[in-house]
Amino acid sequence: MKREIVIIGGGPAGLAAALAAKEAGAKDVLILERDVRLGGILNQCIHNGFGLHTFKEELTGPEYAARFEEKVMETDAEVWLSTMVLSLSKDRVITAVSREKGLVTIEAGAVILAMGCRERSRGALNIPGFRPAGIYSAGTAQRLVNMEGQMPGHEVVILGSGDIGLIMARRMTLEGAKVKVVAELQPYSGGLKRNIVQCLDDYGIPLKLSHTVTEIRGKDRVTGVVISEVDDRLQPIPGTEEYYSCDTLLLSVGLIPENELSTGAGVELSRATNGPTVNERLMTSVPGVFACGNVLHVHDLVDYVSEEAAAAGRAAAEYIANGQPERSGGAEIPIAVGGGVRYTVPSAVDPAHMPELLTVRFRVGNIYKNVYTSVYFDGERVLHRKKQVMAPGEMEQVVLKRADLLGKNVGKITVTTEED
Amino acid sequence: MYDVAVIGAGVIGCAIARELTRYTGSVVVVEKGEDVCTGTSKANSAIVHGGFDAENGTMKAKMNVLGNRMMTRISEELDVPFRRNGAFVLCFQEEDRPALETLYERGVKNGLTDLSIVSGDEARKMEPNLSENVVAALWCPSSGIVCPFELTLGFAENAAKNGAEFRFLSGVTGVARGEDGFTLETESGEIRAKAVVNAAGVYADRIHDLLLPHDYTVTARRGEYCLCDKTVGGLVDRTIFQLPTKLGKGVLVTPTVHGNLLLGPTAEDTDDKEYTATTAFGLADLQKRAALSVKSLPTRQVITSFSGLRAHTDVDDFILREAAPGFFEAAGIESPGLTSAPVIGEMMAEKIAAALGLSKRADFDPIRKGVPHIYSLPEEERRAYIEKDPLYGSIVCRCETVSEGEIRDAIRRTPGATTLDGVKRRTRAGMGRCQAGFCSPRVMEILSRELGLPLSGIRKNTPASVLVYGKTK
Repeated sequence: MKREIVIIGGGPAGLAAALAAKEAGAKDVLILERDVRLGGILNQCIHNGFGLHTFKEELTGPEYAARFEEKVMETDAEVWLSTMVLSLSKDRVITAVSREKGLVTIEAGAVILAMGCRERSRGALNIPGFRPAGIYSAGTAQRLVNMEGQMPGHEVVILGSGDIGLIMARRMTLEGAKVKVVAELQPYSGGLKRNIVQCLDDYGIPLKLSHTVTEIRGKDRVTGVVISEVDDRLQPIPGTEEYYSCDTLLLSVGLIPENELSTGAGVELSRATNGPTVNERLMTSVPGVFACGNVLHVHDLVDYVSEEAAAAGRAAAEYIANGQPERSGGAEIPIAVGGGVRYTVPSAVDPAHMPELLTVRFRVGNIYKNVYTSVYFDGERVLHRKKQVMAPGEMEQVVLKRADLLGKNVGKITVTTEED
Repeated sequence: MYDVAVIGAGVIGCAIARELTRYTGSVVVVEKGEDVCTGTSKANSAIVHGGFDAENGTMKAKMNVLGNRMMTRISEELDVPFRRNGAFVLCFQEEDRPALETLYERGVKNGLTDLSIVSGDEARKMEPNLSENVVAALWCPSSGIVCPFELTLGFAENAAKNGAEFRFLSGVTGVARGEDGFTLETESGEIRAKAVVNAAGVYADRIHDLLLPHDYTVTARRGEYCLCDKTVGGLVDRTIFQLPTKLGKGVLVTPTVHGNLLLGPTAEDTDDKEYTATTAFGLADLQKRAALSVKSLPTRQVITSFSGLRAHTDVDDFILREAAPGFFEAAGIESPGLTSAPVIGEMMAEKIAAALGLSKRADFDPIRKGVPHIYSLPEEERRAYIEKDPLYGSIVCRCETVSEGEIRDAIRRTPGATTLDGVKRRTRAGMGRCQAGFCSPRVMEILSRELGLPLSGIRKNTPASVLVYGKTK
């Protein structure tokens, strides 16, 4: 079967990409979604705070997803639910399977990767101890509570202060559980400031920075954990062990973009983001394969996912309509990072193909106070903006103007932080 | 009254039970856990050893060599993933070369004909990621890797198919001899049998002591392991051992039969027969030592760590005997126990059948088909499965590509999966890189539906391993 634009994933990224592709004139758009419904992880995010940027109001996750879903349904984009993509080739041939359709092979004109991310597991952390029931990633616990209506535990310790962990601290408390402590390995939280205030402070849940779980006790079900302070090399300090009895350990220790399909297609990944390296059109190293949302890099706010995904949708539509050039190689200006900046998305820009205004998103690797974000075109500083606090948990952005770059023969763009 | 009661549903107990079903007579397997393969059999190196390691003349040496030879047939009969990938034993220093030669000679005396000693360069030519510090290596092409879960399940399911019964959650608390046989007191009631087989792993000494005077002690020797993602499963193709030196026994680096990379084990004796915890020291130590074997160890790709308990005895050899009339023992089965399981099963069954005067059955069916792993089949076969039953097209575990159909099948088998871990060992659902983050709620739902239990009745493994406590507010 031949299709024009195939979007892998029907979460917030896939929905916004589909909508934008249709609005940009794409004729044939197909969304492949592995779950039984559209909306992805938003379906289990029943707290509010979504859509402040996009809709100027506070929506819950399902409400936010519904807004996009309704708009997509008004178009003639096609959706296949309960459909798992098994493989993607570099020629954009997709193999997928579902109960209804069986095994299907699709030749796609363009592919938009929108598979999202998964949570880092206990195994990846090498936490010693037993392997009892009662250890859940925060997202799994969120699904159990919000989708299945089941209580995963009564006395909870949370390791990691990522946003889902913080949200679940509040959620478990509201369901009557006692959340004893949130331990964070780093000297700063990985979550949004507003979540620390609204989910921990408001409920009197202590956040222990520079602490980690060093032992899990209980052979059948968790009976307790040992928490230790860590030094500046993040190694546990002997003598600081503190025992917490609990029946549940929730892990919110990082999200990993789900790029197994991408690597199968030969898509080049960034070591900093674990997502594809993309250019100004969000095209990956494989021609005609675009990426957006958490599969590209982990976001904090769904509004930015939608915005980014819309750009990918438009780019895919344009790629189909105009037979856009493959990645322009030599004409792309690389974006280098400096100071505390860990990465940028995109990581290269071709002025000939960029929109009038291009949002470049980035994250810093530590807490920075009163530093400047600067952008250089070769040696020339073109942006210098002071910010009170920058933190790893909050995505930053700068906007590049096409007019500033077109025909200027810039060899390198640098996004950096500076003391002055 | 059964003819034979086998205590322990590990790989040894299940192998003995399966081989016993070749004979007339009834067989029951009595297990304290909730499933087969819940002790030593589920947490080990999963190696089919060549047979050069065991001391000449020991039961370990004899069983190892015979078991290795049988594994091809057994894996075909029981549909068990098995591959003869070969093994290297690495020597890092010229001064240790005599020890390598000793190992070679021991292997030859044990009956191996395929051993050779190769130079470091020759070894690196076959395994490019081996450390530059390797000066020589023992090469054993007949060494292999096997799925220990499937081997145990294969024996168990085939035993069940041929009439053996399984009694789970039935820890044995008493063994008494009567006029016509034995009475086992268990946590689920009495079981009577003419003969008893003690295959209780780390608890074999306690079972022994229930009937006979103390004779040997089984010490749980803990081994910790790290399992790495399939993306680095190809780091080495062969199993890489280290030559034991005065610095220690060394740890292995090996691909698993499913394509992951396994590192370990450590070795530490413990008094606690249930102490399967990992330790910070152990995990760090095994990674440090495994790193000696290869150029670059992918420790960032570790997806889980675990520890297993080997049944080490003060006898330091397998105990395979009729300890008292009608009371048989297969005890102290540490490495190379997995390799030896097929022949231990065969040999013990022969002994028992002879003692009870059982004869061979004509209708024994040696063939067992495992739960089909649909997504490792060729496309046409896969398509046929999905057309026959659309549930095979509904993917539950994304990381290992396991369908709802396979999970349902695993639950409906005999003995079938009743827990998350039971499903995991039978289908690999939850064994991948996300470690059941995505699929566990769905597997719980399928278990709930198939077993007719509420979600709060579903367990990870043991009856106390509650997953959820019932409805939210």
